Order: sequence, then C-alpha cells, then structure tokens
Amino acid sequence: MATQHSRSAARLMMAPAVILLLGWMLVPLTMTLYFSFKKYLPLRGGDLGWVGFDNYVRFVTSSAFWPSIYATLIIVGGVLVITVTLGVLLALLLDRPMWGQGIVRILVIAPFFVMPTVSALVWKNMFMDPINGLFAHLWKFFGAEPVQWMSQASLPSIIMIVSWQWLPFATLILLTAIQSLDGEQLEASEMDGAPPLKRFWFIILPHMSRAITVVILIQTIFLLAVFAEIFVTTGGAFGTKTLSYLIFQRVLESQNIGLGSAGGVYAIILANIIAIFLMRIVGKNLDN
Amino acid sequence: MKNSIRVLMGACALGALATASSAETITIATVNNGDMIRMQGYTDQFTAKTGIDVEWVTLEENVLRQRVTTDISTKGGAFDIMTIGMYETPIWGANGWLVPLDDLSAEYDVDDILPAMAGGLSHDGTLYAAPFYGESSMIMYRTDLMEKAGLEMPAAPTWEFVREAAAAMTDRDADINGICLRGKAGWGEGGAFITAMSNSFGARWFDMDWNAQFDTDAWANTLNFFVGMMNESGPAGYATNGFNENLSLFQQGKCGMWIDATVAASFVTNPAESTVADSVGFALAPDTGLGKRSNWLWAWALAIPAGTQQEAAAKQFIEWATSKDYIELVAENEGWANVPPGARTSLYENPNYIEVPFAQMTLDSILSADPNNSTVEPSPYVGVQFAAIPEFAGIATEVSQEFSAVYAGQQTVEEALAKAQALTNDAMEAAGYR
Amino acid sequence: MARAVTTRRKAINTALAWAIGLLIFFPILWTILTSFKTEGQAIADPPIFLFFDWTLENYAIVQERSDYMRYLVNSIIIALGSTALGIVIAVPAAWSMAFVPSKRTKDILMWMLSTKMLPAVGVLYPIYLLFIKMGLLDSRMGLVVVLMLINLPIIVWMLYTYFKEIPGEILEAARMDGATLKEEIIYILTPMAVPGIASTLLLNVILAWNEAFWTLNLTAAKAAPLTAFIASYSSPEGLFYAKLSAASTMAIAPILILGWFSQKQLVRGLTFGAVK
Repeated sequence: MATQHSRSAARLMMAPAVILLLGWMLVPLTMTLYFSFKKYLPLRGGDLGWVGFDNYVRFVTSSAFWPSIYATLIIVGGVLVITVTLGVLLALLLDRPMWGQGIVRILVIAPFFVMPTVSALVWKNMFMDPINGLFAHLWKFFGAEPVQWMSQASLPSIIMIVSWQWLPFATLILLTAIQSLDGEQLEASEMDGAPPLKRFWFIILPHMSRAITVVILIQTIFLLAVFAEIFVTTGGAFGTKTLSYLIFQRVLESQNIGLGSAGGVYAIILANIIAIFLMRIVGKNLDN
Repeated sequence: MKNSIRVLMGACALGALATASSAETITIATVNNGDMIRMQGYTDQFTAKTGIDVEWVTLEENVLRQRVTTDISTKGGAFDIMTIGMYETPIWGANGWLVPLDDLSAEYDVDDILPAMAGGLSHDGTLYAAPFYGESSMIMYRTDLMEKAGLEMPAAPTWEFVREAAAAMTDRDADINGICLRGKAGWGEGGAFITAMSNSFGARWFDMDWNAQFDTDAWANTLNFFVGMMNESGPAGYATNGFNENLSLFQQGKCGMWIDATVAASFVTNPAESTVADSVGFALAPDTGLGKRSNWLWAWALAIPAGTQQEAAAKQFIEWATSKDYIELVAENEGWANVPPGARTSLYENPNYIEVPFAQMTLDSILSADPNNSTVEPSPYVGVQFAAIPEFAGIATEVSQEFSAVYAGQQTVEEALAKAQALTNDAMEAAGYR
Repeated sequence: MARAVTTRRKAINTALAWAIGLLIFFPILWTILTSFKTEGQAIADPPIFLFFDWTLENYAIVQERSDYMRYLVNSIIIALGSTALGIVIAVPAAWSMAFVPSKRTKDILMWMLSTKMLPAVGVLYPIYLLFIKMGLLDSRMGLVVVLMLINLPIIVWMLYTYFKEIPGEILEAARMDGATLKEEIIYILTPMAVPGIASTLLLNVILAWNEAFWTLNLTAAKAAPLTAFIASYSSPEGLFYAKLSAASTMAIAPILILGWFSQKQLVRGLTFGAVK
C-alpha cells in the first residue's frame, strides 16, 4: 500500500511537526549547553567567560543534589503507585451497575480540571493548615494533635496533592480499558466458578496492563516536571526539593544561569534514563 | 491547507491585537500587599489627573521577585515600573538597570524621604527607587495578657525578658502562645527574622574576607535561644509560619507577643480585622546588651527599569504614588492609621499622624536600624536582615531551609549550622569571592 | 431471588461510588462553599458547612481588584488557539505515522514525547531571551506557540492511536475511487476520527488552560491568563481564604463546566491506544 509517492507525501506531512519539535528541542538545548560551560551571572554583568566543566562538578557536589534526585523519584514513584492502585480499584467500581453513574463520573474526574496552582493553594491553606485547616479541625474533633502537614509530612503531603490531581486521569483511561473487556469471557469465568480475586488477577489485570503502561508513561512525563505544587506549598523546604526545583533555585533565586543550565543538562539525562527505562517496558507492551 | 493558513493568520491577528496599545499606558508590577492593593484602587484619580492609563500586574511576593528579576536581567522591558525592595535596589542600581531618580520635581520634596530609607534605596548617593512604604520590626504584645502575667513591658526589652514574659503568658489549654515568630523558609521570611535576631546576639553572615560565620558561637547561641524559646512558648508548627500566618494568629488572639514588621501594627489594631485591636502595646525589638537590636529595615519601593519607552509617564506615577498628597488622599478616605507608613519625615511631624498609637514606635524602630553598621563585629556588607550582594537571596533561602528543618525537629542546630556554613562558602566560591 | 441480590449489590455499589465520588470532589465543593462566606466564617472553628450567611462580597472584591474578563478572554484565546494550531500541525503527522509507518515511526513518536521531559525552569532564561528578540513577550501569539509546542507530542500521539484503529481497507477503497490525499483526509479520515479528535481537543484545552509556568513567566499585563490572576490571591496580608476561594472558583469554573458538559466525549476518546 505504501507506494514511493505516498512515502514522500507522508514525510512531507510529518515535516512540520517534526521540524517544530526539533527546533523546540534543539534551540533551548543548544543554549542550555552553551550556558552550562559559562560562568554566567546576570546580576554580576552576565557572561564572565568559559569555565569548562566547573558548573557540572559544582552542581553534583552540592549537598542538595542527591536529596533532590531522591525527592524526585519519591514523588514520581509515590504518585504513580497511588494513582494506578486507586485508579484500578475505582475503575472496577465505576464499571459496576449503579444509580447515577454519570454524576459519579463527573465528581471523580473534576480534580483533573483544576489548575495545579489552585489545587496546591486550596490544599495547603484550607485543608492542611495546622490551625485553620479542615484536617486540623477533624483531628481536634477526634482528640488528636493536628498534623503539621507541610513540615512533618512534607513529601506525603505533596504526593497526596499531586495524586488527587492525577487520579481522575488514571481512572478514566483504566475505566475505558475495563469497559472494552469482553463480557463473555468474564461471564464464562464466572460460570466456571472462578473467585473474584482470581478473575481479577488472571483476566482483568492482564487485560488492563496496556492501559496501566500508558498511564505510567504519560504521568511520568508530567510528574517529572511537577513544580507549582512545591513552589506554593513548601518552597523546597523540608526535603521536597526535586531536581527541577533545585534548578529553579539555581537559576532564579541564585541567579546563576551557568550552574542552573548544568543542572538542566543533568535533568535531561535523568529524564532520558527514565524514558529509556520506560520504553523498554512500555514499548514491548504497546507493540503487541 | 487553506484552512490551516486561515487559522495561522487568525492567530497572527490576535498577536498583533495584543501588541497594539496606547502610547500613554504604563505597566506596573507590584506585590499583593494591602497598601499596594489600596493604591490600585486610587489609580483612577491618577489617570484622571494625567491622562496616563495604568495596567497592574499584581503578584504574590515570591512570584513577583522571580518575574521582575528575569525581566530586568534580560532587559525584557515588560514593565515600566517595578515594585522592589531595599535588597534589589542597590544591586540593580549599580548594574545601571534602573533609571536614577535624581530629577524629581521640587514639590515632590525628595529630601523629605526618611534618610534611612533614601540611603537603603540608593547606590553611590543616587536614589534609584522611591519608597512607597517603609518598615522596621518591633514587638507587638497583648497588654491584657502582660498584665495578667504580672509583668510590665519595658520600652526597650532584652531577649531574656521576652523569653520570660513569653513563658509567663503561655497558656496552651486556652490556645495562647506566649510568642509567635517567623520560622518559614525563605530569605525574606524566617531568614530575615533570624538574621536580624542574630545581629543582636553578636553574629554576622560574613567576616571581612567573605568567609561564612555559621561556625561561630554567636550563631549557635542565636539558634539555640530561638529554638528553646519557641519550644517553650511558641505555637505548634511554627516552622511554616511566616508574616501572614503569624498575623492571623495574633489577630485571632492566639499570641502574647509577636515581633515582626511595623506595618503589621495597623492590621492588628484594626477592629474590623482583629479581635484584640484594643489591647495591643508596642516596644522596640529586643537586644542582648551587645549594642545592636534585632530590628530590621525594609522598604517596598517603586523603580523604573532603564530602557523603558514610558520613562516620563512612569516618573509621573512614582511622584504621585509616593507623594505627600497621596498620603493625604488615603488619610482622608481611610483614616490616618491606614496611610503608607515609614517613608516620609513629614508624616511623623504631622500632629494627626503622631496620635496613631504605633506611629512613634515605628519611627523609633526605623531610626534605630542602620544598614551600614548592622553587626556587632565589622562586616563587609550593607543591609540589616540581608547582605546586599546578588548571591544572598539564593544562599539565604537555602540556609533558612536548613534552619526551618531544625524548627520542625528534623535536625539539630549543630547539623543545620554545619550545612549552612558549607553551602554558603560553596556558593561564595562559585561567585568568585573566595 | 437473583434480582434481589442484584438490587442489593447495585445499592452497595451506588453508595460506595457516591461516597468516594463526593470525597474526591469535596475539596472543590469546599472551595466553592467558602467563596460565599465572609472571611470570618471561612476560618470559623468549628467549620461551618452550609449554614452561614451566603454572600457575594468576595466575588465583588475580586472583580473590583482584577478585571476577571480580561484574564478569562486571554485564557480562552490561548487555550483554544494553541489547541487549534496543534491539531492543524498534528493531523498530517499522525496520519502519515498511522498509514505509512516506517521502521522509525515508533522512535519518532517516543522522541516527540521525550521533548516534553525537558525541565521548563532550566530553559526559562534562553526562551525569555528568544521571546524578547522576537518581540513575543507578553503576547498571546507567543503563548499560543509555546503551549502548542508543549502539547504537540501529546496531540500527535493521541491522534496517531485513533488513526491506527481505522481500517486501511477503507482508505484503499477511496483511493481506488480516485480520491486525492487531501480528500482522503478531509472526507474519510476526519469524520471517522471525530470522537478521537474531539477528546484530543478537550484534553489539550484542559492542559493549556492549566499550564502555569510559561503563562506566568512570559506575560505581564496584556496577555496574562487566569494562572496569573490566581497568583495575586495567594497569601496576601490578612485573612484571605474566602477571597482565595472566590478567585479559585472563578479560575476553574469555565474549564470545569466545559469538562462536565463534554465528559462523555472525553471519556470515550481518552485511551491513548490503551484499548485494543
């Protein structure tokens, strides 16, 4: 079907998207690489000359570097585990017959429409504030000491906020997957007397594996870039400084473009490691 | 294809629409503090007077800093007036990024600006930003609770007294904390407080060779005293409390004392917002007898980025917003207690204003802070609660994050100081000081 | 008998699902409720759920302080503009990937996705400089382009997965009848992919609406969308829960309503090729 003619036409049609994205990737990447080898301090007169790999060495030897990798992985991992697990359970529930399914579905997907800044502000102030927050009232009602969410449970708090935002996305995709499951197959297994847990494990879960992979892939891309939620809540204190937040601190708070750019290059490397890792798992799952 | 071109053209037209604007419009970036929001409300009067339209970009403090710093360091020109502080002004002025305010009109009376404020907003004797309001810090305390504790607040207390009084006022069952202080990470939040406090304990950020000084006893004493006092008498979770959190605690009657910005005085004595408005007293920020008090000096000021197309209009606006007339205007409509304080000498000579309960203490606090000589031992930097060097904001934010982790009980004072020492020296090395 | 069990089960499902649904929705509901309280009632102890003096004063204050309509118009233009532009560029690309796949198609797709992993903060400075050079600072056009580029990989991927589900025989039949490439796309492919395109559109409008880094950092007064509007209501001096809630409600209401009305399309199409 693919003639020579249609091949070249296809290339032509792909060209705008590819060229634009190539530009969007290459131009900033080149500039980041360029800055990363420079001592570039805007507040001290800008370009102060080439410094070789100084910025790269300084960025990784900083005491904040490894904790930031740790925080990044914990946040991404934590949110993925929570959203996928709860997403599967919620999708199973929503697939069951019930009254008012449409409205429940609306309620469940609503957090996805809330902008990250707003959700972070609302959670931080109106729920997690240790004095006026709703959680504090709830804890006091049960006679417990209110939790200092932002300082004593900083990472779990951020994971919770981000999970709330992404749970709808996971649920929706997983729900579509469940709904496409062949009813007959399920019924047959029911007839066979397979217990629900077994049915879930051997029929439903394998069927959903592809959807789960897609959820993990898409969410990872977005979660690596989580920023507003940290900026608004802890400002990077209490061990919540992720790699992208650390870069923000170097570039904007310290106004050290060279150092921040070196950090940017590390972030790109980390993203690619994760990407390759994901492709290995996902690619296989997506092919068949 | 035709459709796609049409869409593209549509998009271009939208872009063109966005850039077309009247020549007499100025864009002002400002912080979302009460006094600035009030100023926005009066903008119409400025427009009516001069025919110049004003577009406001009002942002939360941290977002504002990030936004204006990016714009000015790239010469982006997105704003005609920026609201900046005493930290940024001398640095930006030295870089030639700001329009010098050396030709303001005679009726503006530039000499009327409080010398402490003018000094902090100048570089090499040239004024680069006009103060909209200025502040120091002082003790605000509950007169009723102080009386109940059987104590009397001296006009100039020591830290020892403050700690004792705080312990005496604390009544955790009644939800009353003896003292509320900033513990929140960030150089302008908890970082500013602990730095100002450290001055009174004889500490400093750098010695004359720009070596970090966190390994000194003075810093250990400061932090240990702060943590000890807050654990005895502070609110739970003070590690995340900044200005706003403490303001709300104090207004709800949950603090015996609060040491913070003098501008807060008008909020805590405002019966519309504060449940304790009629029982607030004021005193100078405490000391330890070493000759320096723990009050800071700050001004929110309006500055014009160099290269703006609207320099003349921008200057007109600054002359209007920081004038004596503007103060009169606010006084007329909202009462003297609500005028922007701390910027002009004449305000404190005004018999109407000096009757305001916190006016004299504010002035005394401002006058007792000296940015050029803020530490007991000599230091190479200018600034009370900051060091006016470009690297400070980044370093101090990280340092204050380490301190906040102490306040939250996640590490010891020694660990935090060791980390602060290492990261400060590292950053100073990167910047080429050492 | 069997029927009774089913009804009971259905009742249990319903109760459970509603409880969870309300729990998930509660933060939004609480925000909306708080926006109608006075500042004092917003922090009342114990919290007041419904029996407070409903007031609109917070909305009045917010509207007086910041011209909501201007931010709203910017948000709409930027979200719709970037999505439209993205679709125009992505449809041909997705078409060729789906129907004329080569060995490298999968790699190109994955590479496109990987461009989304660049940390935005790291390239703020270079992009800001570029924007100044091109005169795009504080323009809607600039944001339309940037948000289009950010979301393009997602658009391409979504469309690709829908197109791939369309059987190739139909296209071949059309080609036999002498349809040109253009006609093929417009008259055959697009109608068949409408549900997919609709949900792609929706998802991208949502993503563009909620993007808060570039929209905040590349604008000043003229092109600022609702993300900038919200930035002036986070932690001001004094009590602010009620005003923050009102501003938040105003910022999320349009997209929430759009989302609710179109949730069927969104749900139907949001598969990313996850369903075979």
